[in-house]
Amino acid sequence: MRVVAAMSGGVDSAVAASRMVEAGHEVVGVHLALSRSAATLRESARGCCTIEDAGDARRVADRLGIPFYVWDMADRFAQDVMADFAAEYAAGRTPNPCLRCNERIKFSALLDKALALGFDAVATGHYAQIVEGPHGRELHRAVDSAKDQSYVLGVLDADQLAHAFFPLGDTTKPQIREEAAARGFSVARKPDSHDICFIPDGDTRAYLTRVLGEAPGDLVTPEGEVIGTHSGAYGFTVGQRRGLGLERSSLDGEPRYVVGVEAARNRVVIGTADLLGVDDIIGDHARWCGPAPVGAVALGAQVRAHGAEVPCTAYALSDGTVRVQLAERIRGVAPGQSVVLYDGTRVVGSATIASTATSKAASSPS
Amino acid sequence: MPVYLDHAATTPMVPAAIEAYAEALARVGNPSSLHTSGRKARALVEESRERIAAALDARPSEVIFTSGGTEADNLAIKGSLWAAVASNPLRRRVIASGIEHHAVLDPIVHLVDTGQADVTWLEPDRCGHVQVEDLTRALADTGDAALVTVMWANNEVGTVQPIQGLAEVARSHGVPLHTDAVQAVGHLRLSFADSGADLMTVSAHKFGGPIGVGALLARRGAALVPLSHGGGQERQVRSGTLDAPAVHAFAVALDEAVRVRDVEAKRLGTLRDRLIDGAMALGLGITVSGCWSPGDVEDRLPGNAHLLVPDAEGDSLLYLLDAAGVEVSTGSACQAGVPRPSHVLLAMGYTDREARGALRISLGHSSTDADVDAFLAALPGVVERARRASRRP
Repeated sequence: MRVVAAMSGGVDSAVAASRMVEAGHEVVGVHLALSRSAATLRESARGCCTIEDAGDARRVADRLGIPFYVWDMADRFAQDVMADFAAEYAAGRTPNPCLRCNERIKFSALLDKALALGFDAVATGHYAQIVEGPHGRELHRAVDSAKDQSYVLGVLDADQLAHAFFPLGDTTKPQIREEAAARGFSVARKPDSHDICFIPDGDTRAYLTRVLGEAPGDLVTPEGEVIGTHSGAYGFTVGQRRGLGLERSSLDGEPRYVVGVEAARNRVVIGTADLLGVDDIIGDHARWCGPAPVGAVALGAQVRAHGAEVPCTAYALSDGTVRVQLAERIRGVAPGQSVVLYDGTRVVGSATIASTATSKAASSPS
Repeated sequence: MPVYLDHAATTPMVPAAIEAYAEALARVGNPSSLHTSGRKARALVEESRERIAAALDARPSEVIFTSGGTEADNLAIKGSLWAAVASNPLRRRVIASGIEHHAVLDPIVHLVDTGQADVTWLEPDRCGHVQVEDLTRALADTGDAALVTVMWANNEVGTVQPIQGLAEVARSHGVPLHTDAVQAVGHLRLSFADSGADLMTVSAHKFGGPIGVGALLARRGAALVPLSHGGGQERQVRSGTLDAPAVHAFAVALDEAVRVRDVEAKRLGTLRDRLIDGAMALGLGITVSGCWSPGDVEDRLPGNAHLLVPDAEGDSLLYLLDAAGVEVSTGSACQAGVPRPSHVLLAMGYTDREARGALRISLGHSSTDADVDAFLAALPGVVERARRASRRP
């Protein structure tokens, strides 16, 4: 097959590309230029966007003897990922930009362009597995549970999966580094990327303040009593404990958390831990990696990239929404996050959390 | 072997230059040393300087060797501006065409951004020509010009500028003129003496010499503040050990290029015309940018064909041609390999959309009829596929 290997300049995509070459595919390396100002060099490796990363990817392609190009997707990325990120926060939700990037950039803009230019598929260095199943290709968790990235791929539909390769899913990260070193890749010991690539210093609140401007408002109790102020409700996420700026004396000794973000009223609701537990989730923007489930199905739910999976009962509703009833309450579930549903190791699909609730049935928070 | 149609980026070294280069590389000697080996190296440099000066109708003392075109452009612009400001702080304006190479544009932008200079841009017409009257007006309107810089021939669309007329106007205002002649030298009839230019940039690898060597031709009266200080070589304006082997190969290549220039210009012009005619005859809506008339090898570089392919992205076209074994360029500069619409085409009045489907095909001494055939054979499939790629939502 003719395959585009998406090469970020990191160790994972380097080994993914080399495995595709070794498997006998005709491979072309493509580095996505996602930043409008790429002319920067940084010390650390944060996953994308620098000249150094593009150069690292190019050197790996040279070693593999494959053609290499930089494709400019900066405008698409700014519009579909960065602007969406800020708009979601402004609306009081907590988005995951990596999911968005996979859905809109890597397996949409990039895949579409590759297919149009005569390629058959896109390969990436994500840790996930594709398995041929009875209804076509299935997406499964990686064998390395510490690195598993099936969560951020949960937005892919069957068409996208049909043109995807994840060659690293059957291997652990330490083995990938060894393989990179054995192949003589200069990136073998390059540090992992952790942060959001367009916020390299990791300070999301400062980034949002730059983009959205300051919007002072009140911190309130669930009863509506004003107990403090903030400089922008978008800087808060449900479940957050640090950085509330509350005077110790205003507390009665119990730790306080953000329990709600009311964008329309520019208010942040502060409460105690017992208000954080939820077990009933309504999600919209449902995406299924294969056939949509019918009726009530017993599955597992995961609500953040490295969160634990919780047993649940899920219903796909006809209006494109999903109801997920968890077997136990979990904390810190914010609207805008994605809930990804699993059947064993198989990804069933995902939805964006629209609202959460706590069922009447008493159960203690996890 | 791929079909190489990117000679404006760099052209293969000619055999005589490779031979001269290799032979000189085997010899020891710093041209600044006083002993026998040093004197021999110096003799090689000076003999090369004389050959280069003769080929360009300049005086040997006017040749300042540099590491290439970019350094020569930087020296001409920063060196002239700094010298002008030192003698009169009010003379701090650079007048430049809007279609210059980045080696000219970026030094100017740097000087402006750091508060050291002001700039007036001369916008070209649809052919890419800078008008002499526009320069006259700009000089009269501003009155504080320190330097005029207009390239001899454009690297993207191949348009040749009226340097003599521009230099005459600049001189009448007492302002020196620099011309980046990197694409012109070795390809067009050209006389530094007759041009009236005060400063002229030359790069060896555009006409069969080695990469990494070039020259700034500077009239003896041209005031230049050096960019690098050191041993005081090259009239005290460009310190650094002279690269005798590279300078020697530069001279040999230039001699060769000038010797065959007229015949070669006619040959390349014919190939270019066939390529442009053939591309436009495919019925794909392809047009040639700038102004082109068949047989013209004086107003447009003989080897330059610059095509606009509607509804396709230049980088897709480039990739697909590369995959088909044909090497061309989009013509515009890349930022970390990221293509942007060409500032040259935008300045000439093309829209952002038109500029995105640009392809520069540049022919040179190794180009043949078979190369043109290969390009024309690959083009229809490539355009169709590239259009599919740009029709995404």
